[in-house]
Amino acid sequence: MRSIRAAAVGAVTMSLALAATACGGGSSDQGGSGDSPKTLTYWASNQGASIAVDKKVLQPELDKFQQRTGIKVKLEVVPWSDLLNRILTATTSGQGPDVLNIGNTWSASLQATGALLAWDDENYSKIGGRDRFVDSALGSTGAQGKDPAAVPLYSMAYALYYNKQILADAGITKPPATWDELVADGKKIEAEGKSVIGVEGANVSENIHHVFVFAKQHGADFFTPEGKPDFTNPKVVDAVKQYVDLMAKDKIVPTGDAEYGQNQSVSDFAKGKQAMLLWQSAAANLKSQGMSEDAYGVAPVPVRSGVPGTGAQTNSMVAGINIAVFKNSHNVDGATKFVKFMTGDAEQKILNKAYSSIPPVKGAQGDPAFNAPATAVLKQTLATSAAALPQVPSESQFETAVGTAVKDLFADAAAGRTVTTDSVRAKLEKAQQQMPAA
Amino acid sequence: MTTTTTARKEPVRPISPGAARVPRRTGRIRRASLPYLLLLPALVLELLVHLVPMVIGIVMSFKELTQFYIRDWGSAPWSGLGNYRLSVDFDAPVGEALLHSFLVTVGFTLLSVVLCWLIGTAAAVFMQDTFRGRGLLRALFLVPYALPVYAAVITWVFMFQHDNGLVNHVLHDQLHLTDKPSFWLIGDNSFYALLTVSVWKGWPFAFLIVTAGLQNIPGELYEAAALDGAGVWQQLRRITLPSLRPVNQVLVLVLFLWTFNDFNTPYVLFGKSAPEPADLVSVHIYQASFVTWNFGTGSAMSVLLLLFLLVVTGGYLLLTSRGRRTTDV
Amino acid sequence: MAAPRSFVWSRRIFLTVLAGFVLVPVYVMVSSSLKPLADVTGKFRWLPSGLTVRPYIDIWSTVPLARYFVNSLIVAGAATLCSVVIAVFAAYAVSRYDFRGRRVFTLTVLSTQMFPGILFLLPLFLLYVNIGNATGVALFGSRGGLILTYLTFSLPFSVWMLIGYLDSVPRDLDEAALVDGCGPLGALLRIVVPAAIPGIVAVAVYAFMTAWGEVLFASVMTNDTTRTLAVGLQGYSTLNDVYWNQIMAASLVVSVPVVAGFLLLQRYLVAGLTAGAVK
Repeated sequence: MRSIRAAAVGAVTMSLALAATACGGGSSDQGGSGDSPKTLTYWASNQGASIAVDKKVLQPELDKFQQRTGIKVKLEVVPWSDLLNRILTATTSGQGPDVLNIGNTWSASLQATGALLAWDDENYSKIGGRDRFVDSALGSTGAQGKDPAAVPLYSMAYALYYNKQILADAGITKPPATWDELVADGKKIEAEGKSVIGVEGANVSENIHHVFVFAKQHGADFFTPEGKPDFTNPKVVDAVKQYVDLMAKDKIVPTGDAEYGQNQSVSDFAKGKQAMLLWQSAAANLKSQGMSEDAYGVAPVPVRSGVPGTGAQTNSMVAGINIAVFKNSHNVDGATKFVKFMTGDAEQKILNKAYSSIPPVKGAQGDPAFNAPATAVLKQTLATSAAALPQVPSESQFETAVGTAVKDLFADAAAGRTVTTDSVRAKLEKAQQQMPAA
Repeated sequence: MTTTTTARKEPVRPISPGAARVPRRTGRIRRASLPYLLLLPALVLELLVHLVPMVIGIVMSFKELTQFYIRDWGSAPWSGLGNYRLSVDFDAPVGEALLHSFLVTVGFTLLSVVLCWLIGTAAAVFMQDTFRGRGLLRALFLVPYALPVYAAVITWVFMFQHDNGLVNHVLHDQLHLTDKPSFWLIGDNSFYALLTVSVWKGWPFAFLIVTAGLQNIPGELYEAAALDGAGVWQQLRRITLPSLRPVNQVLVLVLFLWTFNDFNTPYVLFGKSAPEPADLVSVHIYQASFVTWNFGTGSAMSVLLLLFLLVVTGGYLLLTSRGRRTTDV
Repeated sequence: MAAPRSFVWSRRIFLTVLAGFVLVPVYVMVSSSLKPLADVTGKFRWLPSGLTVRPYIDIWSTVPLARYFVNSLIVAGAATLCSVVIAVFAAYAVSRYDFRGRRVFTLTVLSTQMFPGILFLLPLFLLYVNIGNATGVALFGSRGGLILTYLTFSLPFSVWMLIGYLDSVPRDLDEAALVDGCGPLGALLRIVVPAAIPGIVAVAVYAFMTAWGEVLFASVMTNDTTRTLAVGLQGYSTLNDVYWNQIMAASLVVSVPVVAGFLLLQRYLVAGLTAGAVK
């Protein structure tokens, strides 16, 4: 009897112990790996056609780094949908990777959390100095007047991708350079039974990227110079309305695009259903969907009038990925070495070729691969007519609030409701009031 | 739920130790502490995973926990009732949005629970008598409940697509019921899309519980009613439904709580920012905390929600338990 | 007693419509998983243009599905096992003993059903991190933390159901065992547990399903190596195209273990519920 009782009590404690210890796989692979300076954890953003593609691209480079320094890098490719959340939880817990990729637009927001290593002159000197990088890319690494929270890794810009065949069939000789031309061309393309241009109506970030540029073209900003939200500024309202009107009034965007949020517009373009696409560095993406490089052309994103340039002639945001070091890393030294490696000229050429992006490092830009006609447009845009998104701590909240407002406006337009200046202003006002009072 | 312990028929009594055994002193101590020992694991785990975090959550709701402080949330300044004031100021957008989301959730939950209960009960009653293919049908009916949430919901997302979805294909292309394809995942219809998915997933649970409940109704009751000349429909009204009352009491409550707190369905269906007409409070709070990085306000909203659920559950149990003892099965 | 025609006809119509409602998504899942990609990215079609098993081959390479599968199995399996053991002990104590705090315990356990998960997501995460820092037991990001979380999710309902079930197991059984000189735990393990198998199976199925399908906590508390299916399945909506046929195939593969188990054990389930929850 005793033995049974003992066994039962044992079972209780066992079940507790079983639950308390990590049943299988108890070693949690949190970063920091402080006990050995010979390892690093790296969270890479998903840049390629799939996570598997990214691993194929990055692993050989990491092996190279290990050969040179003896530091082993544990790679995790994090999908976009999870990346910001993962960074937030890492920030909150202090347990994260040593090195991580961030969307460059998040730089100021993440900088405000204090979780990322600041790149002051001393740290910059360890990776070859600030002047190795292109200015436009440096403009998206944190709030002005503070030491940057990250280092540019890949640069991208928006361009207008057009299907040569469809344009030729419609009798259009050159891609539209202004919005009015785009709308006029649209009529001809529709006559051919194709849709004109796509948007990702339900993708909050995509919406932000476009309305930001439209606002610039209207001579306005979403934030005052002091960093206060200014979403209801009449020019901003007009800009947002112009973007939504591509679907609502000009009817060159199919209504179905209002629920697109997973790059279906890229697929539509790749499949030849659609004449044009506004996208950042789409070459690798189109290739993976089986669209040959001769089938499409690349032109600058249209402006309201004239030619792309600065101020009201801006036609792209400075898109890209930055690389950052987690302050809690127990191996800051190794992490800095790794950043130096990844931003070195040789690696920059390899990686940016693989992802069809532009190196933010001057020394790598000379490579002939980045001077092909398609890439030249992107490079030109980045150099002369791209602007960085607002570098304010509330940037990520701004993306959510305004991006969602635009998503709702597209839903209205798709449902056949009229989109008026008032309805746009009301939505933006609501977005503005959701912003933190900071 | 709790009434199962209060309204139990036989009073619980301690097991008398076997007469053959002379109780030793150690034995008595062990016996006195034995129930506590048995409960210990459950208690420790509940404390660890539910209660302590809840207390932490309540503490967080009084702090100004924004992106500037999440790294070291101990250092976040106390904001007193600031987060609560913000959440319940229904003239300001944050409070207004929360109220809207709350009302949407209440409406959605009530509709979903009623439909799940109706369909589940009807199916259970209809399948009480044997007929050919009953076993197969029962198996089929349990499939939606058995499917993992994300697998089921993602299939519905596929079906609800505007351009290529089955729903529009049937309604618009084949039956010509709409003059143009409708949107289901954005805009006004999103509420109905959510409701459809929720009912599709939820009714088999009601079916399962009611089926079990029906098996507890003694056959003599039906026989006696049949002798009195009551038809099928009358038996249903006079015997089946009244006998199911205690079962329904718990079933409706459980369905209500699960539906109200459901996060998985709207999240998989709409992603991180739900369309306004289908903005359920669980996703709304998730957005308020994770997407806008304001964990203090998110916690305050959660606490308010918890208070509401406590009040509703308490009130519900008080109301439905009256007379429960007399009709106890 | 013959049912009247009105009843039979309403039954037929109702059950047919309902079966249709249930079947359509299931059909979509199965048929789409056998279609080539062109069929699922274009206009919806009831019948595939050609049958292919490619999606079933591709799912394993598009995302590390096998690893997620193993993770889910370990997490759900361990959570179920622990949950059932703990629930049986707790339910036995409540069902057979009168002790101080009995009602408080039951109420507390049941009230946790009310917590919106979002309320304790972040606190729990912080707690795990701090426990990890203090004791070196890694709970955050490990399977152990997830197991702990999930088993507590199903515990309240399981305890409550088992209390009902154990109440229906005649007391004379354990009394007799006690007379024979078993200790109370001996009585539980030798007599009560075997008699309560249907209830225990019902609880186990419920616990397994809870753990197998949870999305929110899994999305925050796992990393690359410990990710479960619920989160991993999102990996099919990659950068350039949504592979609907693969998503459907993967959803099916993921569903088969739970659905099959559920249907195999449904008789127990109904029996367990009949005697336990709905007494």
